[in-house]
Amino acid sequence: MARFVMEFERPLADLETKLEDLRELDRAGDLKLGDAIAELEAEIEQLRVTLYQALSPWERVQVSRHPDRPKTQDYVEALCTDVFELHGDRAYGDDEAIFAGLATIAGRRAMILGHRKGKNTKENIRRNFGSPHPEGLRKARRAMLMAEKFELPVVSFIDTQGAHPGIEAEERGQGWAIAENLATLAALRVPVIAVGIGEGGSGGALAIGFGDRLIMLENAYYSVISPEACASILYKDASRAPEISACLQMTAEDLVRLGIADEIVPEPLGGAHRDPEMVFTGVNRAVSSALDALCGQEIGQVVDRRFERLSSIGVFTEGE
Amino acid sequence: MPISDWFKAREVRRYTVASSDKTVELPDGVWLKCPSCKHTLYQGALTDNLLVCPHCGHHFDMPAPDRVLALADEGSFTETDAGLSSLDPLRFSAAKPYTTSLASAKEKTGLVEAVVTGRALLGGHPVVLGAMDFRFIGASMGSAVGEKIARAFALAQAEDRAIVLAVASGGARMQEGMLSLMQMAKTAAAAERLARAGVPYVSILTNPTYGGVTASFPVLADVILAEPGALVGFTGPRVIEQTIHQSLPKGFQTAEFLLEHGMIDAVVPRPQLRDAVARTLDYLCVRDVPDAAAGAACSVPANGGEA
Repeated sequence: MARFVMEFERPLADLETKLEDLRELDRAGDLKLGDAIAELEAEIEQLRVTLYQALSPWERVQVSRHPDRPKTQDYVEALCTDVFELHGDRAYGDDEAIFAGLATIAGRRAMILGHRKGKNTKENIRRNFGSPHPEGLRKARRAMLMAEKFELPVVSFIDTQGAHPGIEAEERGQGWAIAENLATLAALRVPVIAVGIGEGGSGGALAIGFGDRLIMLENAYYSVISPEACASILYKDASRAPEISACLQMTAEDLVRLGIADEIVPEPLGGAHRDPEMVFTGVNRAVSSALDALCGQEIGQVVDRRFERLSSIGVFTEGE
Repeated sequence: MPISDWFKAREVRRYTVASSDKTVELPDGVWLKCPSCKHTLYQGALTDNLLVCPHCGHHFDMPAPDRVLALADEGSFTETDAGLSSLDPLRFSAAKPYTTSLASAKEKTGLVEAVVTGRALLGGHPVVLGAMDFRFIGASMGSAVGEKIARAFALAQAEDRAIVLAVASGGARMQEGMLSLMQMAKTAAAAERLARAGVPYVSILTNPTYGGVTASFPVLADVILAEPGALVGFTGPRVIEQTIHQSLPKGFQTAEFLLEHGMIDAVVPRPQLRDAVARTLDYLCVRDVPDAAAGAACSVPANGGEA
């Protein structure tokens, strides 16, 4: 099966194709190519390290969008047991772009939320590529309030390009749905842990995407606006997204420096899809220790600290 | 007259018309043209009419200082956090340095940030009053706007005053990246605290209000009003059109559209706004007016009633 190749991986992919060809010839038995193969393998390994070691912000965006990258569903399957999915917002419909469910994670009963991208075109169409409508965000809010009622911590997986831009979404109050989630999350009287696993697209991400801890995967991004949209506003040219990605400071590292994210979970060279198990283990460890730290504390203090922390985000001057 | 002069005359006329679209920024005493009904208006008369076209009722964008004066009881407004303004935490310089945008916005408006906040009386009720100014980088919300809004909510809560916010905005200020996105959560958190304290909050949505600002504090108010024809939404119309590849229905995202879809309480023309806000506060501010409290509360008959 052809592997999905990101733009910046092209030189590596070309060498890998060449290697395949050499192996084919070698297997055919007419030529002895062992030395050439070993040489090429070494070259590939070296290129892999140089390519992936220091990804630019735009390259990370590509990695975060890789079709084989583990999705919310994969994390739920790998990290959770006894999952009971909850459907619908009790008012309009069930938005498959958002997952909500009761589950056991790191040995604790919890409410799991997440943006749900599909694994193939068919799933993606049903799930709208993980871009929620208002009813999806309202399903999440219903689940948050249920979590509060039954004292279940919330663990949320962020992976969306953003809230859906469409006529019906506006008619049903996309802005209203996001705002209500923000207010609810800010004051929710249970611990809330958010994990950025892929794309963190603006308000649609934030609507289930902040809390007492923000854990970011190494190549996940979180941004006020997509680099393409920002480039088309500032330069009237979406193709300048790569340079804009650096300006927006939206990588995991940037977020930690800005005091918005707490922790980075390392990914294997090349991205999470190269070794999902490693990433599941890392996320599980981070979520587990965050839950351990938060669940023992008096909830009033947890909520107050969440509020203080939100209140302290921002850089400004009081004037001279 | 020679033909060349005739062309000159036309050029002069075209110049006048073209420049008049920049309405509010023109000095007093200039004629301008209403973009809606095309009537030529005298700037002074328009200002006297709260920047509403006397012919067709078109609402021109209103600068924050004018807004505050139009809503507050005469002479009652005192500004808070007047010096609070933006820095450039990301050293953002794509297309145009952020510091340059800030400097020109300050020069153009005479303001230091895109929102003005303060204490005031409105219909006799002590309130915290705030107004956003679209001329200031599209009244986008960065750290400074978010901080001023959050402080306004905190002040309202601390002094048990109702809060009234007139909103306009292009959305979160992208030049401050994630710090701006987080202002959505920060302002929503402050609005939620206020709500839990039982302090009234009235918001007025004005043209235009979009993006991350729509999706935070403005729509969390107890009573949401909007000016006629104001465009309000989450995603901008151009982006939606590009996404769905079809043109949008007439009246999409107008205040009237929001009313029809159950998103706001009322569409109120600017000249009636102050009264409308005051009337809601008469009901909601039960704690600051003892008489109103007595009048508004359900009276329980001494004998327990018949339920």
